[in-house]
Amino acid sequence: MEWILDFPSTIRLDFTKQIDAFIAYLNVHYADFFAGLKAILNSVIGGIYQGLELIPWWLLILFVVLLTKKLVGRYRTGLLYGLLMFLIGAFGYWHMMNETLSIVITAVILSLLLGLPIGILISTSVKVNSIFRPVLDAMQTMPTFVYMIPAVMLLGPGKVPAVLATVIYAVVPVIRLTSHGIQQVDKEVVEAARSFGSSRWQILAKVQIPQALPTIMAGVNQTMMMAVAMVVTCAMIGANGLGMEVLIAINRTESGRGLVAGICIVIIAIIIDRLTQSVSAKGGR
Amino acid sequence: MEETILKVEHLYKLFRSREIGASEETAIEMLQQGLSPAEIRAKTGIVVASNDVSFEVKRGEIFTLIGLSGSGKSTIIRCLNMLHRPTSGHIYVENEDITKYDEEQLMKLRRTKVAMVFQNFGLMDHRDVLSNVAYGLEIKGVNKKERESKALEMVALVGLEGWENKRIDNLSGGMKQRVGIARALANDPDILLMDEAFSALDPLVRNDLQFELLGIQEKMQKTIVFITHDINEAFKLGNHVGILREGEMVQLTTPEEMLANPADDYVRKFIDNVDSTKVLSVKNIMVTPGAMIKAGDGVNIALKSMKSNGLSSAYVVGEHMQFQGLITLENALAVRAGQLNFEEAIIRDIPIIKDIHTPIADIVNLAANARFPLVVVADDGSLQGIVSKAAILSSFSG
Repeated sequence: MEWILDFPSTIRLDFTKQIDAFIAYLNVHYADFFAGLKAILNSVIGGIYQGLELIPWWLLILFVVLLTKKLVGRYRTGLLYGLLMFLIGAFGYWHMMNETLSIVITAVILSLLLGLPIGILISTSVKVNSIFRPVLDAMQTMPTFVYMIPAVMLLGPGKVPAVLATVIYAVVPVIRLTSHGIQQVDKEVVEAARSFGSSRWQILAKVQIPQALPTIMAGVNQTMMMAVAMVVTCAMIGANGLGMEVLIAINRTESGRGLVAGICIVIIAIIIDRLTQSVSAKGGR
Repeated sequence: MEETILKVEHLYKLFRSREIGASEETAIEMLQQGLSPAEIRAKTGIVVASNDVSFEVKRGEIFTLIGLSGSGKSTIIRCLNMLHRPTSGHIYVENEDITKYDEEQLMKLRRTKVAMVFQNFGLMDHRDVLSNVAYGLEIKGVNKKERESKALEMVALVGLEGWENKRIDNLSGGMKQRVGIARALANDPDILLMDEAFSALDPLVRNDLQFELLGIQEKMQKTIVFITHDINEAFKLGNHVGILREGEMVQLTTPEEMLANPADDYVRKFIDNVDSTKVLSVKNIMVTPGAMIKAGDGVNIALKSMKSNGLSSAYVVGEHMQFQGLITLENALAVRAGQLNFEEAIIRDIPIIKDIHTPIADIVNLAANARFPLVVVADDGSLQGIVSKAAILSSFSG
């Protein structure tokens, strides 16, 4: 009668070996594929980093000031953001910021390239939606390290697995909010578009997406925020940048160094958040 | 007026609920065996929105369908451009059975022959007025210059000149529906479907739009199918009126004939609501007087007020807005010439209405015999507004 109280020890399912074997199989047989993938992503990340490095520090700060003025409408806010960026440089983290930004930007571009079409697809069909929902839930709740380990095994440590892990984590909100935004569009407006003989494509491009734009932009904003939030986690698989600095500081219990690097991440997050939010507010009205 | 442009034959539209799997065909058979829609709904879960409806619409006429909510009228009008696919039956547009059309043909039909106006306007608030109106032309692939000039013409037709580049949010309900009408007309359709197009508007605006629709129809000779739950609207607009109950056509005839010989109690009940002047009250049509002066102001201020407002009379009120009378331009000039004194010049025998909720029907006689607009005052004698003969007349004819 023990099995009532304690889970019977005779029942044991063990897939771990098979999964390990599968990863090893991929590693051996698709090495070329993963090497190619790594090379492509590396050149994208590297290209963005080189691009950022080419921009003189004062020009980037000036750009942020002017962009803020244009989007938020106030010079004071722009100057504040410029000052905050100046602080990052003053802390000695300008190049690390560029490294971090290159990872974040690559991850965000990939997330949008994947997320927007998937979000649109999900919004059009109940069936696709019911397939994708549990997948999205899993992507959002699965502990990041779980897919980081195979990613590192297949791609080797560095920025590429970091970007992929960031994409998995950050792509979900843009998918969810794109599909939600499109489904939310006033039924009568869609019906009206249909009644004038619009094709499905025209309804999507001329009515549903423009009408859903504020919600979609909110998703984009969320995706960016989550990508920035992954920075330290990514450092654990060898992605250099501000995250690495935080990680090193933690390992050496250097509170000051950790805090300063952490503040720089916060500054980046705040500036990205405010700027994209004002874009989404403008997109709506 | 002779040619039939739209013919609906034995139209059935049934909506199946997801849980119960009975087929629509069995439900139609049950209907034909004489079961009521309510019984079928209880047995099979199928909702009968249109039950063997047939009618014909001649080119250039306005055909109105009326029924309570849930009587299937919105479903039927959506079958006419196949937004809803009928369960069975035929719909002929210019002798072609559109129920047999494929998606491609339907798109062409909607782009060229049939356009629709919606109850809640269905406008796109990310576009301005002009590009909303041009939408139908845009998806047809008309080039920008051409579609904008056509759209401008339509915007002018519905009286919205100067509003072309305004955002939709900045418009009132009545203006929004004008945009809706302009958008539908821009496609130059043969048939205009209007689904409770004026129901979301307040009575005065509704009157204006009904009147303008008749004007537009006179000018452009469109065929209009108009859905409403308001019998006054149905009678005012329709050359023929069909009355629906639970998806079934109860009576289909001209307004005069329906008034004279209602088919049953359901129709009679609708007709009891006919007199529009009973619905509208003084409150709906009264306006603030253009020129108003205080009793102590004297004749020069009175003249100045008339002049600056372009009017030939001014209302005289006391210190706390109490209505005292009216001074005409003629009398005011006489005062200035010294022929009259100011007190004598004020005309005081003007009919007064004390309750702003008075139905218009009750003040018609009063207004007919009055020389000046009627004056509306509150309980404390303060001036609330005036009601002109023209306003009363247009509340009938609109």
